[in-house]
Amino acid sequence: MARILAILFLSLSIFTSSFAGSDGENELSKSKNGEVKDCFEKLNRGIFAFNQAIDGTIFEPLAKGYKYLPSPVRTGTSNFVGNVSTLLTIPNNVLQGDLDIAGKNTLRFIVNTTVGIVGLFDPASAIGLNSYEKEDFGQTLGRWGAGEGCYLVLPVLGPSTARDALGSLGNYMGGDAWYNVTVRNDTHYFADFDYYASKGAAGVDFRAKNFEDINNLEENSIDFYASVKSLYLQDRRKKILNAKGITQTQNDSDWEEIE
Amino acid sequence: MSIKKIRKSLIYIVFSFILSSNAFSISPKDFVQQTVDEAAVALGQNISKELKIVKLKTIANKSVDIEGIGLYSIGKRRKELTDTQKEEYLEIFTKYFLKSFASRLAQYSDPKIRVESEKYLNKKYTMVSSVLVATDDKPEVKIDWRVITKDPENPLIIDVIIEGVSLAKVQKEEFNAIIQNNDEDINALFKNLLDFVNKD
Repeated sequence: MARILAILFLSLSIFTSSFAGSDGENELSKSKNGEVKDCFEKLNRGIFAFNQAIDGTIFEPLAKGYKYLPSPVRTGTSNFVGNVSTLLTIPNNVLQGDLDIAGKNTLRFIVNTTVGIVGLFDPASAIGLNSYEKEDFGQTLGRWGAGEGCYLVLPVLGPSTARDALGSLGNYMGGDAWYNVTVRNDTHYFADFDYYASKGAAGVDFRAKNFEDINNLEENSIDFYASVKSLYLQDRRKKILNAKGITQTQNDSDWEEIE
Repeated sequence: MSIKKIRKSLIYIVFSFILSSNAFSISPKDFVQQTVDEAAVALGQNISKELKIVKLKTIANKSVDIEGIGLYSIGKRRKELTDTQKEEYLEIFTKYFLKSFASRLAQYSDPKIRVESEKYLNKKYTMVSSVLVATDDKPEVKIDWRVITKDPENPLIIDVIIEGVSLAKVQKEEFNAIIQNNDEDINALFKNLLDFVNKD
């Protein structure tokens, strides 16, 4: 019931935002840098502050310690969480029609899980099966033409949009094979802990890799919330467009303002 | 002086002018490479962080269109500013930009940036593409530079786009949020910028 309510709420959020103040066409399909509405800004800022407190007390200290671990341990962790995330990328490659990439990612996953000892090593790259951009259900919805909807900040998980949050629900409804074998189904091989530990490790790994950049951004921002929001939305747009060339993501008319 | 001689002298003057102006002009790609090389030298030196920041500010002052970024950052609101407000804003913004820019860059030590290509967008802008070469800890990062070429002899950087994320746009949205959350009062932005400039 809670899931259904959440879906209804998010769907409403997407549609109200798509139509409010627009011509009804989705902004992304027009490749414009249209503004994403911050419908719940006060609440979002509150959750953002909460997340910063969580980061300061849990993730930042852990990431600091993680950075001192020997390089092979960090690389192994990074490879493992990357390999597990391929399980989410593959169905989204298929849903987006990128069957060739789905095939290569499947081969990558098989090679790294077996020869690479449950994904701790990355022999697939050594044989030319290089990693591709991660994909998720939010990106797939975007690729199918769904607008972002309202901007949201989720507790612990951080910045999102109504569309991306709705997409994330797909993970818990059978779309993520790793979630299915750990939490959703009682397989006797994995426990719930394995899923949450891998997600926690992915969070710490990400924080450690971007340690200076995140701290630096916070230190040099006069509104850190707005900076993170802009970074997130621009990055998502680029990922959904799978843009290779820079001019695909930049709206040149934005600069015509300056004379 | 005969007409022939006058014509010859005129042709000589025109050619000299063309040649000398070409000698001073620089392609946006070379300009960016030259700028990042200069910054890399400053960052690679065994000097204090404070001294690096001073050097980076000097480089930014001559190679970045700070006023252009400042005007872009407040969007259409710049048209509503009085001349005095505009002057005040650009003065504070320049101080803010130099401080923010230099301290953001100072965290890097000896970055290796390889400029790869340039794409002419229109007579005002050229996009220069480069990569920050991967290290043991970090993967390769794509960095693009929007160069304003209104004055071809003096190209200036007006935006840096890291992996598709425009830093000028981040700043514009940050400024917009501050103004919007303060009942469209531009003075709130001035205050925030001044607080940043004056903090240790």
